[in-house]
Amino acid sequence: MRRWIRAFGSSDGARMSTLRAVLDRTRTIRVVPPISLLILLLGLAVFVSPGLRERIVRHPLDVGAFLVVVVAIAGFWAVPSDLTKRLRRNPLSITGFTIITLFIIVAALAPVLAPPTPGTRDPYLIPHEGFAPDPLPPRPGHPLGTTGRQYDLYYGIIWGTRTAFRVAVVVVAISIALGLVLGSLAGFYGGRIDEVVMRITDIFLAFPGLVLAVVVTAVLGKGLDHVMIAIALVGWPLYARLLRGDILSVKQRDYVEAARAMGAGDLRIIFRHVIPNAIYPFMVVAAFDMGVIVLVAAALSFLGLGAEIGYADWGQLINMSRSWILGVPGNAFLYWYTVVFPGIVIFLFVLGWNLLGDAFRDILDPRLRGST
Amino acid sequence: MTAYVARRLLILPLVAFGVTILIFALLQFLTPEERAALFITDPRQFGQIQGIIRKYGLDQPVHVQYWSWLKQLAHGDFGWSQTARMRTAEAIGAFFPATLELTIYMFIPIILTGLWLGTKAAVHKDRFVDHFSRFFAISLRGLPSFVWGLIVLMIFYGWLNWFPPGRLSLEADQFVHLSGEFRVYTRLMTVDALLNGQFWIFLDALRHMAGPILTLVLVEMALLVRITRSSMLEVLRQDYVRTARAKGLDEDVVIMKHARRNALIPVITLTSLLFVGLLGGVVLAETIFNFPGIGKWGAEAAVQLDVPGVTGFAMFIAIVTVLGNLAADVLYAAVDPRIRLQ
Repeated sequence: MRRWIRAFGSSDGARMSTLRAVLDRTRTIRVVPPISLLILLLGLAVFVSPGLRERIVRHPLDVGAFLVVVVAIAGFWAVPSDLTKRLRRNPLSITGFTIITLFIIVAALAPVLAPPTPGTRDPYLIPHEGFAPDPLPPRPGHPLGTTGRQYDLYYGIIWGTRTAFRVAVVVVAISIALGLVLGSLAGFYGGRIDEVVMRITDIFLAFPGLVLAVVVTAVLGKGLDHVMIAIALVGWPLYARLLRGDILSVKQRDYVEAARAMGAGDLRIIFRHVIPNAIYPFMVVAAFDMGVIVLVAAALSFLGLGAEIGYADWGQLINMSRSWILGVPGNAFLYWYTVVFPGIVIFLFVLGWNLLGDAFRDILDPRLRGST
Repeated sequence: MTAYVARRLLILPLVAFGVTILIFALLQFLTPEERAALFITDPRQFGQIQGIIRKYGLDQPVHVQYWSWLKQLAHGDFGWSQTARMRTAEAIGAFFPATLELTIYMFIPIILTGLWLGTKAAVHKDRFVDHFSRFFAISLRGLPSFVWGLIVLMIFYGWLNWFPPGRLSLEADQFVHLSGEFRVYTRLMTVDALLNGQFWIFLDALRHMAGPILTLVLVEMALLVRITRSSMLEVLRQDYVRTARAKGLDEDVVIMKHARRNALIPVITLTSLLFVGLLGGVVLAETIFNFPGIGKWGAEAAVQLDVPGVTGFAMFIAIVTVLGNLAADVLYAAVDPRIRLQ
């Protein structure tokens, strides 16, 4: 009881024992869904032809992030199993899926939706007209208004979508990589290694996530790269503990025993038998994490520890109007658009991932079904 | 029970030691020159930066530096915090009571409403209350607390002028700090106000805390509602609940006495998570509402690279978090005998 309750917040391989019951078979994803293959080819085409690349790519990490998200979601959606069949019937997951797909489309079409001014060095820097200090309301040419010092909100929100995906995917990737290595070492070998790794995660979990991220970015300095490092440092212990707990339960299963009896080595057992069985719970946590990461990144930017001034980033957009939020005496809502528009976008992004994560979890863990 | 608590207590110094290593490692990302600049109090000293590096041993091998830094910490000497304009240890002492008070006042509505809504949802499963609470919990978890905080600030301060930012209004502040008639007992403003018999100061302090409270309560409550609901659902399926119903007990008695008491056990674990969440959340809420607590100071120190301030803030929060988790674990084992056996 206690073990699975803890899993909600931040901890180890708790709900995994239940998941095992549902997914207790070693298998890899055999069928590559045609749709993701198509998108993958399209992505490669864009990357290879120089003209298109100039126009659309702009930031190599973005393309990577884009492809990862598309393939992961489409792949998960299209895998033939009763799991995904249920996923496609669940209204919550459909809503979440739709929201995320819309965001993906916006991110991919950013150069079309909000064309950067010709000749800009970096399209991620929001263009601004003049330096008038106070935000100005929506008007022709600036459909969502401008922030303090005249950065265009619409442009920032559209290109900020790419930033959000980049931050989320890079951080999840680093966290999963670190968690995978340390978690499997700890779980598989146990003993002293396990003890050391678990004490290290204890140290990282001794901070509320935001506090550790604030401290790390403060020391490393401003900038999106540092934000990503900071959030990944906060995030990996969760994955390490998850995998460790999982391996502990998988280790004694008959099929691992069988593989060992057939002479399989440690690495082979870990990669072929243990990790494939842990991949679904990982997906659940990663889906939730995508939203949480963007939330933390936005909070850091809001505090003034995130992206550089003028960089297309949702938290940044709010930060740039921070001293104007209160409006003027008599009209408190004068500058409402500076908070509401970026706020709604962040909210929808996080909501989309939460809905997806919830749907995955509902389906994977029958005991929690319908428990939101 | 004693063994369990002892085991948990043994881990505590280990984690504290690890936290110092982590923070020291982070500080190594700054160059000796950058760290030396922290000891400069006068622009004229910039010429002697090499002298400062030597004086404070900033060019020594890492383990020597770590050892001397650790000795410094052991004496409670975190250095001078530029943002607080006082010694870091004093700053923690000055700011933490305000945050503690805020956190306590947040806990009460979160626990009460969360439990109430969670129980209601479980008892009326698949009815309106249930759907409402699930929708509520799902959407609130996506709500960025700082955006919600700014909206609260706009509505309740800018428009209605109900919940002003800060900790006290001007008159109350003058009375507390300058009149000499106000005695400080606990440093928790509302408690002190009542002990002094100054009811208006109590109300004033409460009014200033309402903004941050409203901001975080809504965001943090979602989790509690969800856990209470699922825990209640599980308990309601148990045999003893069926027995209680079969005995012909009143439904309210069954729910309150037989089901909810047992459903509360996992909720106790959650309170430690809630506490950690609130400690992180106050950084944003206090910054938005200009509430002079430890979170606002920590954020300011981080933005202005006040390294002694950031270090002290991080260490202190880490220790409070670990103690909070420990308290929850011990409480949990005390309530539920089954845990101790594991």
